[in-house]
Amino acid sequence: MSGLVKFLRRPIASTLVAVLVGLLIAILLVLVTGYDPLQTVATLVHGVFGSPKYITNVIIKATPILLTGVAVSFAFRTGLFNIGAEGQYILGTIVATIVGVSVNLPAVLQIPLVVLSGALGGALLGALIGFLKARLGIHEVITSIMTNWIMLYLCNFVVSSEAFHNPNSNTAYPINPSGYTMILPQWKVSDEGIEYLLQHPWLRDVLLKTDLNVGFLVAVFVAIVVGILLKRTKLGYQLRAVGLNKDAARFSGIAVERSVVLCMLISGGICGLAGALNITGINPHTLSTLVAQEGYGFNGLSVAFIAGCSTVGCIPSSLFFSALMYGGMTVQQVVGVPSEIINIMIGIIVFFTAIPSMAPWIADAIERRRSRENKNLAQETKGEEA
Amino acid sequence: MGKAAITRRSLLAAAGLGGLSLIACGGSRGSGKAGSGGRKVAMVTNVGGINDQGFCQLSWDGLKRLRDEKGYDVSYIESKLDSDYATNIDKAIDYGAEYVWSIGFAMADAAAFEAKINPDVNVKFGIVDANTSGAASLTGVLFKAQEPSFVVGYIAGRTTKKDRVGFVGGIASDNIYAFEFGYMAGVDYAAKELGKRIEVERQYAESFNDNAKGKSIAQKMYSGGADIVFHAAGSVGIGVIEAAEESGNFAIGVDMDQSYLSPTSVLTSAVKRVDQALFDLTPKLLDGEIAGGTDIILGLADGDYLGIPEHHEHIDDKVYQDALAVIEKIKAKEIEPPATEEAYSAFTKSIGIV
Amino acid sequence: MEPDSSYAVQMHGITKRFGNYTALSQVDLNVRKQSVHAILGENGAGKTTLMNILYGLYQADEGTIYLNGTPHSITGPNEAISNGIGMVHQHFMLVENFTVTENIMLGDEVCGPAGTLDMRMARKQVLDLVEQYGFEVDPDARIEDISVGMQQRVEILKALFRGAQTLILDEPTAVLTPQEIDKLLQIMDDLVASGKTIIIITHKLKEILRSADECTIIRRGEYMGTVDVSQSSEEDLAAKMVGRNVNLKVEKTPATPGEVVLDVNGLVVRDDRGIEQVCGLDLKVRAGEIVGIAGIDGNGQEELVNAIVSMTKAEAGTVVVGEEIQNTSPRNAIAHGVSTIPSDRHRWGLVLPMMVSENSVLEQHDKSSFGKGIMLDYNKMHEYTSMLIKEFDIRPSGCEDERIAGLSGGNQQKVIIAREVTQAPKLLIAFQPTRGLDVGAIEFVHKTLISERDRGAAILLVSYELDEVMDVSDTIAVIYHGKIVGTFEQGTVGEEELGLYMAGGGAK
Repeated sequence: MSGLVKFLRRPIASTLVAVLVGLLIAILLVLVTGYDPLQTVATLVHGVFGSPKYITNVIIKATPILLTGVAVSFAFRTGLFNIGAEGQYILGTIVATIVGVSVNLPAVLQIPLVVLSGALGGALLGALIGFLKARLGIHEVITSIMTNWIMLYLCNFVVSSEAFHNPNSNTAYPINPSGYTMILPQWKVSDEGIEYLLQHPWLRDVLLKTDLNVGFLVAVFVAIVVGILLKRTKLGYQLRAVGLNKDAARFSGIAVERSVVLCMLISGGICGLAGALNITGINPHTLSTLVAQEGYGFNGLSVAFIAGCSTVGCIPSSLFFSALMYGGMTVQQVVGVPSEIINIMIGIIVFFTAIPSMAPWIADAIERRRSRENKNLAQETKGEEA
Repeated sequence: MGKAAITRRSLLAAAGLGGLSLIACGGSRGSGKAGSGGRKVAMVTNVGGINDQGFCQLSWDGLKRLRDEKGYDVSYIESKLDSDYATNIDKAIDYGAEYVWSIGFAMADAAAFEAKINPDVNVKFGIVDANTSGAASLTGVLFKAQEPSFVVGYIAGRTTKKDRVGFVGGIASDNIYAFEFGYMAGVDYAAKELGKRIEVERQYAESFNDNAKGKSIAQKMYSGGADIVFHAAGSVGIGVIEAAEESGNFAIGVDMDQSYLSPTSVLTSAVKRVDQALFDLTPKLLDGEIAGGTDIILGLADGDYLGIPEHHEHIDDKVYQDALAVIEKIKAKEIEPPATEEAYSAFTKSIGIV
Repeated sequence: MEPDSSYAVQMHGITKRFGNYTALSQVDLNVRKQSVHAILGENGAGKTTLMNILYGLYQADEGTIYLNGTPHSITGPNEAISNGIGMVHQHFMLVENFTVTENIMLGDEVCGPAGTLDMRMARKQVLDLVEQYGFEVDPDARIEDISVGMQQRVEILKALFRGAQTLILDEPTAVLTPQEIDKLLQIMDDLVASGKTIIIITHKLKEILRSADECTIIRRGEYMGTVDVSQSSEEDLAAKMVGRNVNLKVEKTPATPGEVVLDVNGLVVRDDRGIEQVCGLDLKVRAGEIVGIAGIDGNGQEELVNAIVSMTKAEAGTVVVGEEIQNTSPRNAIAHGVSTIPSDRHRWGLVLPMMVSENSVLEQHDKSSFGKGIMLDYNKMHEYTSMLIKEFDIRPSGCEDERIAGLSGGNQQKVIIAREVTQAPKLLIAFQPTRGLDVGAIEFVHKTLISERDRGAAILLVSYELDEVMDVSDTIAVIYHGKIVGTFEQGTVGEEELGLYMAGGGAK
């Protein structure tokens, strides 16, 4: 078996093939709609790697979808389809904002309080969905979709409520600055901070022009911990067993219902954490009126599927996704390619990663062709001999 | 390869994708196009996006006119999230824009912040519908929205047959209050002329985008006896106009002449020509003809920025002529339409309504 | 052998590969016209693959198919049907709420000139067929209302309706009672007498001896030869199939029953649809004895077992193992020393995508011997599994960290048995423990059940294979419509009589 065929049989090959096909189709689309594909690609690359602050922004934007991606992967590995990541994310932002606005403690207390309460909000919502499934048998997809909308309107309700509405805006009050999780949040926007940073362009780019925050480190940590949880702990073992074969798990004495609730609790908690970190980590540090779902949860689904539902795999996958989204905006501005084309490209990639047998199928096709060629060759030589 | 791409491009342009293709050409810098080498102006939209049927779209129209008539090199960036505002303005600077417009009051903080941290870059900033908050390179452009609102309120008051009209606002804020109280004052002014009382029913949708909500609010108003509803609510207003058409009543549009949405049901519109403002102001701001760090407040008297459409097939000609007279009175400061609740109560007192 | 028109079907040098795996390698099959030809092989030997190639579901990588002496390439089932080949699958492909006639004409509808269905004509054609072969099938009955044996006849009729000359029957007796099996064999004889050819796929030696003229044996995808059945014995066939001599007799000493371990009293269980499946059932199993439950699938066996281990709610009655354990939890049943070899190992017994070692500790993973605190100790699991693999001869050796899905059915079953038996249960429930296993593996399972009995465990054997119940049990209890309708000591009752009880016809 040749190296290529061997490679195509590995799980990661399917992902890479899907990414490649997605990029190719997107380039084709760019061509067909009349733009210069070379310039598009060059601009995309420049929009991602062109400056330290672009890279920083890609990382910042990867943070929430890494977390929701981990949450979705985790749930998927334990047999649940958490399409409610969006709603849990929103509840995370809501709770974090309410707590962050209402409480004002020193940063060492405020930050964990705001972040954890956001995570707790998401966790409780997840647990509710899990409970409805475990006890009443209502499918999590249905309850999830409904809670997504309930959370959206809850968010809008909070934004427009007397207590939290920030006058003359479509936002709520920002949280108290002691809850900010950017690097040097107060100093960098103070007059002397700006003064200093203006003298150091590189630092200014990264610190002042972006909301560089600790979120990504937290998210990577969570991805690794959840990976270990799934693979190396008794709980993870139980959850996986339930996910892969609920009947056998129950038959062997694992409490399936508890497991479903727990799984959704954890998954929801991670989504809530994503929401809370976005509130503490990036401007405007508050809720704004939502017209439609912002897509952090749904993008998490894409991240998870590109990663093949590996929690650690979500790290590169979220960065890749974020780079496309962020770089795509530059492409739109500079080349004029509508951002929809970028979205179509992402859609195609996700679509193809959903066909895990694609790479093995290509491997089969190559092998078949080879064996046919060999056969023909053999027959030819035979014929010659005769 | 390159040749093939160009042919295809021109084909498509001919096939009616003109707008898109032109942007494409605008992007291919230095390719011998008339606009290349022109002054670079960029705009960053709010979350409404470039196709919002209103504010952002109008602004982009203004920039497109700059491109077509003056050879400017213009581009836009759409914001998907509130947290994108600052980074998008920053991106516009990175790509060499000399002037960056931020569209909408939601972007006020981001625009001020960017103005503050980019003192060394050769770029100036403008924001539509918000104050400058003090940064030297930032100019605010504001409209006296109460003035056209007063005029359409006057037309509504003169036209209503049921002595009951409505107002649908987007998200409660000072900007929208100007529409609301200007409109109410106009209605009252007409009622005073006619010697009767006209009720104004008011409600906020708490959204600028929720079509369905606008529709249901307007439906309630119409079934409650109102026959004309004015909206200052972005796409929420599309629902208001739908409700008017379905119930056979009138709606009053906002920002641009919205009669194209429903020729039978849009009575008139309180026009606020952001496109004209950006077209006129951008060159002056770029050349320093107007200094930065100030607010430019545009009223009826300041040019062709505010007003009502000329066509008035649903309005009695007498009423229309009177409305034009009202506009002249506002220009002459004989009438000062109120923009706040306090000013409104002062106004009603002044014309003798309690 | 040269192509010959006295053969209905000839398959020469058939090779089929799936990726790197060779399912069939140079297999020959020669089926004489108007004969019953059996294909014998262990599970996974390639019998069904061979038949799927004949039926056009797969294409062979190498080899030629001759029908009546002329070569044919069969690229799909439609082509197989038009060449007179019909197949009756192990799992019936019938529409439950259609009538017999509607099912038979499905896919080959009888239409009037305007293209509308002509039910009257269709019904007449079906009736003609029924009469021609003496099938005793009501053309107007709905599938859901008729017995399994009858459904099978509908499947056969369906093939005949489309003009099948050669019928492939895939494991046709797996779901039938002894009486229904007799009837099927009779039908097969009639079909052959009227000119048809029958290919029967099976791993049951007795039926081959009773029905087939010739038998082709396949072992691990390789052709082992074709034998004249009248010249063969069960032992010969078994040895050829497995590749070594097999002891078909179950050898055991008389039981020495002790105290009652399992005591079921007045148990009532409903299924998901609320229908009572176990209706006041009483049963006792003592330490040191094997009680076998004989009965046809669907008479409450599944609900009985599930209620004992608290997988299903008991509406009424008690299950006593030391104390009452009904309606607690599977975990509680395990804690009371109940171990279960489930009927469907893929559904109830194993987590297929997990490793062998992970499956080996499914019930015990939270014990301190497999990890500290919240962590799981994969080294200890590995060690423990190695021990099981060695002791129970699970193959391939060294498969601890492989996915259990990659093991053969027999070895998967060995993992379950090893896991359950190693816990030294007080009560071992073996539900269809040899389902889908080959003779070699069956021998192992039976030996293990008996050695567990001799250790002092109480064994409840529930099986749809009457031979198994009769051979292994010390006491045979017949279940019918959710009740035990007869209890016999081993050796005091014959197959015929048990068959009558199983069909509800026993003395009340």
